[in-house]
Amino acid sequence: MSTGAFLFYLFAAVAILASLGMVLNIRNTVASAMSLVVAMISLGAIYVLLEAYLVAAIQIMVYAGAIVVLFLFVVMLLNLRSDVFPVARSRLPKIFGIVLSGWGLFVFLRLLRGTLPAVSPAPEGYGGFRELGKALFTRYVLPFEATSFLLLAAIVGAVILAKRRID
Amino acid sequence: MLVPLEHVIALSAVIFGIGVIGAVTRRNVIVILMSIELMLNAVNLALVGFARAWANPGGQVFVLMVITVAAAEVAVGLGIVISLFRNRDSVDVEEVSLLKW
Amino acid sequence: MPELGVILKLLFLVLVVMGALLPVITWVERKQSAVMQDRIGANRADILGIRLIGLLHPLADVLKLFGKEDVVPLGANRWMHLVAPVIALVPGIITLAVVPFAGVYDFGGGPISMVAADLDWGMLYVFAVGSIATYGTVIAGWSSNSNWGLLGSLRGSAQMISYEVTMGLSLVGLFMCFNSLKLQEIAQAQDATFRVFGFLEAFGWVHALPRWLSFVKLPMWGIVLQPLGFILFLTCIMAENKRPPFDVPEGESEIVAGYHMEYSGMRFGLFYTAEFLEIPVIAMIVTTLFLGGWTIPWFSTQKIIGALNGTIGVGAATGLCLILHVLSFFLKVIVMIWLQMQIRWTLPRFRYDQVMDLCWKIMLPLSLANVFVTGIVILGIERLYR
Repeated sequence: MSTGAFLFYLFAAVAILASLGMVLNIRNTVASAMSLVVAMISLGAIYVLLEAYLVAAIQIMVYAGAIVVLFLFVVMLLNLRSDVFPVARSRLPKIFGIVLSGWGLFVFLRLLRGTLPAVSPAPEGYGGFRELGKALFTRYVLPFEATSFLLLAAIVGAVILAKRRID
Repeated sequence: MLVPLEHVIALSAVIFGIGVIGAVTRRNVIVILMSIELMLNAVNLALVGFARAWANPGGQVFVLMVITVAAAEVAVGLGIVISLFRNRDSVDVEEVSLLKW
Repeated sequence: MPELGVILKLLFLVLVVMGALLPVITWVERKQSAVMQDRIGANRADILGIRLIGLLHPLADVLKLFGKEDVVPLGANRWMHLVAPVIALVPGIITLAVVPFAGVYDFGGGPISMVAADLDWGMLYVFAVGSIATYGTVIAGWSSNSNWGLLGSLRGSAQMISYEVTMGLSLVGLFMCFNSLKLQEIAQAQDATFRVFGFLEAFGWVHALPRWLSFVKLPMWGIVLQPLGFILFLTCIMAENKRPPFDVPEGESEIVAGYHMEYSGMRFGLFYTAEFLEIPVIAMIVTTLFLGGWTIPWFSTQKIIGALNGTIGVGAATGLCLILHVLSFFLKVIVMIWLQMQIRWTLPRFRYDQVMDLCWKIMLPLSLANVFVTGIVILGIERLYR
């Protein structure tokens, strides 16, 4: 096994453990958020191993550096010390959901075999900011511009929602 | 490519599954939002893996779009959480039953 | 063996920063503030009566911090309380891996680049690593189960996220000018000079420049090409370091010491080290991007080697050039450190809303305008010279 493959499986294990830690930690929301950060950073490392350098940097900058900090900000703002809720009304949807997602995962993993494309060699400069920037501003310029409208709408929505009272 | 594409996609599927389980079982709205982020991350991983397999930057471009959408979603979602907390004094999803008959 | 070279280069930089710059900076901070406030300053620590104008104070500090009791407050999240100072310290150190402290030299065995990790996406690495540093602040304040700490964390997270946005945008113009994100390439591009009045020729206002005017040359430094970008970037990166005038997360007069209020002993020392370590790291990044990095203005690498190799041979000339470049780099770094200290002791503190207003209402629009104007100028120049 090459060093790169070893690192991939290492980071994959870290990512899975950290995401399990996030979902299963039912006492401490801040600790779950920190587990999420660990998962995101290890996914960023996996992106580097898959030669997606710009995406890896953006992943760490935006997800780990901004989005999860925002989560932490809200947790601290609401000062949620304990995360214990009264007993749920019904357990049925939960059990159903777990079974359904587990079954979906099983079917997906079964289908995975033999349906994937052959891997082609990466061209020079693949995954760098130059090639990605060119693709973003030529072929994919319409989705890019559409995303800017989405962001504008999100800004307005967030401001209106978070404002205590609209005068 | 360092590892077979199957392994990348399988990792993505496992993380997606964990995200789904978190979203359906947890009752804290903030953790549910975080689980949704985890699912988006799993999708990103699959996109990056496929982009590498085809040596096509299109997949990576869509990862950037997904990250932007995630950022927007978190901003609005957390805004809703804050206003929910102001009205109900709780972040339990079972408290949010105003539209339920 | 390439790994050995990488380790040696990184070790050199870390040793210079941690071993030489860091202790001296803590001393300079005290001495400079003393001079500016008309005091004598730190001069009491002595070994057998030898005082060395207070240079022994950093040593005394470290000994004192190691000797203090390490308190974990009641109800604190012990594990996170332990990890937070480390998260605050590590990003500063690993940023050093991409800082070029000298140029690219050829000693006969192929080009050797004087940077530990010559990444194509070097500046993105700096941003990514810098964004991790936020967690040190956030976790420290939250985990210590203290209201002041929590307030400090809230302020710190909001401030650092906001300034990261402007910090990224303020550099876009620079990246457009140098057409690269690689720190070594940016530094090499600044090795050149340009004729200040060359635009007269390009516009066709004069047929050929008079000889004496064409000798008026400026180094192609980032600060010359992007003066507004320099001011914006320096402001943002100083706000990321959370020192006055941007010290609202610490806010000594309002929230005691903010996020690291509940830390004592060497754990507090780690926060202190992180803060002081970031000063030379900031100075190095700003120097590389805007002050020409390791270059010597008006004397490009080829010029120096060409002038020297006639007398002492190519190998010795290259070696001498390397030493000159390292000296030039650290001279500029020291100037930038001095500038940061001067700003820290000159300006009064911002109020919290003023910090946010400055970021979102003044600096963000200015940095967007900077990108726009830079784009127009670059397009115009390309059209003129085609």
